[in-house]
Amino acid sequence: MLLRRQFLGVCAGVALSFGLSGLALAEDTVKIGLILPMTGPSASTGREIEAAIKLYMQQNGDKVAGKKIEVITRDDTGQADITKRLAQELVVNEKVAVIAGFGLTPLALAAGPIATQAKVPAVIMAAGTSMIVEQSPFFVRTSFTLPQNTTPMAEWAAKNGIKKVVTLVSDYGPGIDAEKAFKEKFTADGGQVLDSLRAPLRNPEFAPFLQKAKDLKPDALFLFVPSGQGASLMKQVAERQFKEAGIQVIGTGDVLDDEQLNAMGDVVLGMITSMDYSAAHDSPENKKYVAEFEKANPGMRPNFMSVGGYDGIALIYKALEKTGGDTTGTKLIEAMKGMAWTSPRGPISIDPDTRDIVQNVYIRKAEKVNGQIYNVEFATVPNVKDPLHGKK
Amino acid sequence: MLTILFDGIAYGLLLFILAVGLSITLGLMNFINLAHGAFAMAGGYITVIMVHRFGISFFWSLPAAFIITAVLGAFLERTLYVQLYDKSHLDQVLFSLGLIFMSVAAVDYFMGANQQIVNLPPSLDGRLQFFGASIGYYRLFVIILCSLLTIGLQLVLTKTRFGSRLRASVDDQRVARGLGIDVSRIFALTFAMGSGLAGLGGALGAPFFNIDPTFPLKFMIYFLIVIAVGGTTTITGPFFSALLLGVADVAGKYYVPAIGGFIIYTIMVAVLIFRPQGLFGRVTGR
Repeated sequence: MLLRRQFLGVCAGVALSFGLSGLALAEDTVKIGLILPMTGPSASTGREIEAAIKLYMQQNGDKVAGKKIEVITRDDTGQADITKRLAQELVVNEKVAVIAGFGLTPLALAAGPIATQAKVPAVIMAAGTSMIVEQSPFFVRTSFTLPQNTTPMAEWAAKNGIKKVVTLVSDYGPGIDAEKAFKEKFTADGGQVLDSLRAPLRNPEFAPFLQKAKDLKPDALFLFVPSGQGASLMKQVAERQFKEAGIQVIGTGDVLDDEQLNAMGDVVLGMITSMDYSAAHDSPENKKYVAEFEKANPGMRPNFMSVGGYDGIALIYKALEKTGGDTTGTKLIEAMKGMAWTSPRGPISIDPDTRDIVQNVYIRKAEKVNGQIYNVEFATVPNVKDPLHGKK
Repeated sequence: MLTILFDGIAYGLLLFILAVGLSITLGLMNFINLAHGAFAMAGGYITVIMVHRFGISFFWSLPAAFIITAVLGAFLERTLYVQLYDKSHLDQVLFSLGLIFMSVAAVDYFMGANQQIVNLPPSLDGRLQFFGASIGYYRLFVIILCSLLTIGLQLVLTKTRFGSRLRASVDDQRVARGLGIDVSRIFALTFAMGSGLAGLGGALGAPFFNIDPTFPLKFMIYFLIVIAVGGTTTITGPFFSALLLGVADVAGKYYVPAIGGFIIYTIMVAVLIFRPQGLFGRVTGR
């Protein structure tokens, strides 16, 4: 089995490095393999990203440097073994020039070896664990990393009179990243983390963890759960009455995902979070983005996942423009390194050393705007790099 | 401390209501219905749809969840389950697993894969202070309702004619038939009741857990643990085991959060080693 996979990988590599320059160039179509969880528990991630990519292609046309762009979407249902199989199929059978998507950390990791062997760039549009991009020289990220979004929160907390914090995160890669990053920055700034609680990822009952956090009487409770689980957590947070006990609730923006935010109700008002994107971000680019996104997808609000997809496809377009339509994997990756542009979330760039995204992180407060709940940004930390890279 | 105990009891009772139907079909009717969670999910979604699509009061959605899932259960029992009563356990397991996957896909298709949020009516929001314990109204409501249901259920099974007929049908179908008991009708009714209770449990649990299409799979393990620990020959067994597991789970996560998630599995393993028939089970001849 291994031998066959390696063989396929080599074939794919050969096909791409030799074949594409002749064969695919003649066809003048560049295929992009998009692997997303379109069903299953992370389906909202997939739907947001797909919608954003469709919007980008509608706005910018499907031709770059004389080539037609064709996006092939595949559903991995959020399971890593399926991601791996789909990545292989897309690379070997469909001869895609780029694979992209990856809704969760394990899914991205599963595709890494295939990207490496086939020398196909893999654009991470969602997964947020810091170390993913280090696993293959062909990974590029346009979403965010958890430490990147968490560190500014810790800094803000320390500066604003919060001395003691309890952290509560989901017990998996990104959660642990968030916990570590918060603790490191917060204690370095003179704060104290009373306890670090980890709830199982598929945890139906947050009550005991929340009660424990409340009984420790911190100044603030720091929360992280992945996109889509925020609502059930916040309901239980409200039930435990942290606000009334004088405990400020803070967290990363994943908890107050724009897509669910309105449905969470007034219980979230006043919560402070840090994130790279809010649908309420005040810029002409974002106003246009949100308006057109909501017009194309009635009833859906673009969230941070969507913008990861939007910028991911933008990066692929820009890289193709720069190579003049050359789809050689190594050339595309080189073109992507250092790329900088203004996205709906603000100025962003790809770090040439780590291939990870560099972006502004915003501190936001959940507020009611025109009867709808939004994360309203009130402070900006410019050009944040992932703080964990290069630290071993 | 009291708060933890209280939360644990609420959680345990909810588990009991969710699992008791399974205990009845498994223990009394000797049928392995892994798709039990699908009925609970149906109850949860009925609540979501009633409260959030049609704006009906949460209180009305509870009996509705019970009745609709009971009818659904009766319908499926008459059309599908009845074919499998005398098949081997493996067939039953495969059949009900298939039902789970169909229900997951169906709900995903019609309702989307997102977690559904049920907002409580304001009268159930809030907390009260009681001897230093802080108690959520909703949890109190769950405890009271589930306790009443348990008492009622126990009375029905032990004191009524229906109960004795059911026990007779289970003990020896042929003799019961010979005595003029309509066994298949009794089984259908019992199955419907078990499904209805699961639906009610799902509806009651929806504000806690926020149901999504994977609910039947996520909770199958919890149901099975409750049944395995409690034994299936009585309903008091699952009752105490659900309480024990609820309290142990909540307390474990509170006092030793690092290993909290494992505690209920540890209890299950320990019980199964020392009492393979379950804590309250009796060794049956079957």
